Amino acid sequence: MAGIDHAPPPFFKRGPAPLALLTFYLAISLALFVVDLRVRSLDLFRQSIALVVDPVQRVAQTPGSLVDHAVAYLEGLQAMREENSQLKRQQLDTAPNLLRLEHLVSENTRLRQLLAVKEREKVDGQVASILYTARDPFSRRIVVDKGQQSGLLAGQPAIDEAGVVGQVTRVFPFSAEVTLITDKDQAVPVQLVRTGQRSVVFGLGNGQLELRYIPANADVQEGDLLVTSGLDGIYLPGFPVARVLSIQRDNAYAFARILCAPLAGVENFGEVMVLNPRPARPAPPPEPTPVAGKAKKRGR
Amino acid sequence: MQPTFTSSRILLPVRPWFVVLSLLLALAANFLPTAHWPGMPDWLALVLCFWSIRESRRVGMGWAFVLGLAMDVADGAVLGQHGFAYILLAYTATSLSRRILWFPLAQQALQVLPLLLASQVIQALLRMATGGEFPGWGYFVGPLIATLLWIPATFLLLLPQYQPVDRDENRPL
Repeated sequence: MAGIDHAPPPFFKRGPAPLALLTFYLAISLALFVVDLRVRSLDLFRQSIALVVDPVQRVAQTPGSLVDHAVAYLEGLQAMREENSQLKRQQLDTAPNLLRLEHLVSENTRLRQLLAVKEREKVDGQVASILYTARDPFSRRIVVDKGQQSGLLAGQPAIDEAGVVGQVTRVFPFSAEVTLITDKDQAVPVQLVRTGQRSVVFGLGNGQLELRYIPANADVQEGDLLVTSGLDGIYLPGFPVARVLSIQRDNAYAFARILCAPLAGVENFGEVMVLNPRPARPAPPPEPTPVAGKAKKRGR
Repeated sequence: MQPTFTSSRILLPVRPWFVVLSLLLALAANFLPTAHWPGMPDWLALVLCFWSIRESRRVGMGWAFVLGLAMDVADGAVLGQHGFAYILLAYTATSLSRRILWFPLAQQALQVLPLLLASQVIQALLRMATGGEFPGWGYFVGPLIATLLWIPATFLLLLPQYQPVDRDENRPL
């Protein structure tokens, strides 16, 4: 038998003081918050939690999707037939262009070869269906049903049949998060189709986009189409992004305030196509070293 | 323990598995597609607040932290955002539990309102300070609805602890 223990028996076993625990947990939360926002090095941590949470989330989504299926089933044959015939008509409408596309592509490659211009990159990707909208009310994101398993990478652009939807920002084992172009932090380099002017379009967070850094006297009209310029090395050039809604020119500011509406069904449910990443571009040329004489201030 | 300290009715001791189950169900309820409806309450915050008031020895900041992380990952929010708010909620609820339980249910709900509202406001402030967009006033309606749900939630969560009233004809007590 052991001797008499000198420590008092733990009749009332208590952990650390509540205030100490509070400080401890708050410090951990704040540290996580800052690291996740600024350093973004917690993806593995997030993915491992997602492995546990994801099944619960999918189970919670089933009642909604069951109702959707039931509604789709009850809507019945008639609606389906109408949609089918409409789609067939649409296909016929686009047929002339599509049939000639192959011819045009080959012609284009030949002409480009003649002009010694680099060939256009091929578009390739995989279809993913939207699982649900991320619940976070501070940003605009959707979650799609393909992830690391299908080889998705952060940074890939996502489009639908009408235009650019957004960009993959986080990849989980079985799902991925797409930040919509209407999110407040999202920017897409674009080009005005009519004039060829390049700029960047930013999300506003309210479902609209703003075309920034366009001088107040620039040639922009309502209804102008914006397509991706492809200068960023992420989006392929030529995908429709938005249409100009309204232009406010104020003499007090150097730039015009141009609001645009996204063309793609950004806030709709359905399917998106996640495009494969573009091949790496050559490194930019080195910055020219400033000449010593030019750095002088102008005289008064 | 009684439903409130002024009540004369004695409750059975709480079953630990029921506490855990109710917390997990509340988490799952937050994942339902209905969470996008305007004015939907944060079920997890409500249940967490309830158990930190009633069973502060069992449910506290540890649970708040873990469940907060789960919410962050599921929402696609910044890690630590829900945790921060839930930990403060659990701490204040625990430290106020002795006072709150003296009141009748309707007044308890009034005391819980500022706690739930604060947890929502903290999240909004954290995100807006770091460049998030304003979520709209509908975001702050959720706690009001959750307050109205305090009374039904109390009955529902205490249901397994009510023992049947057993009257014996031969004994006066």
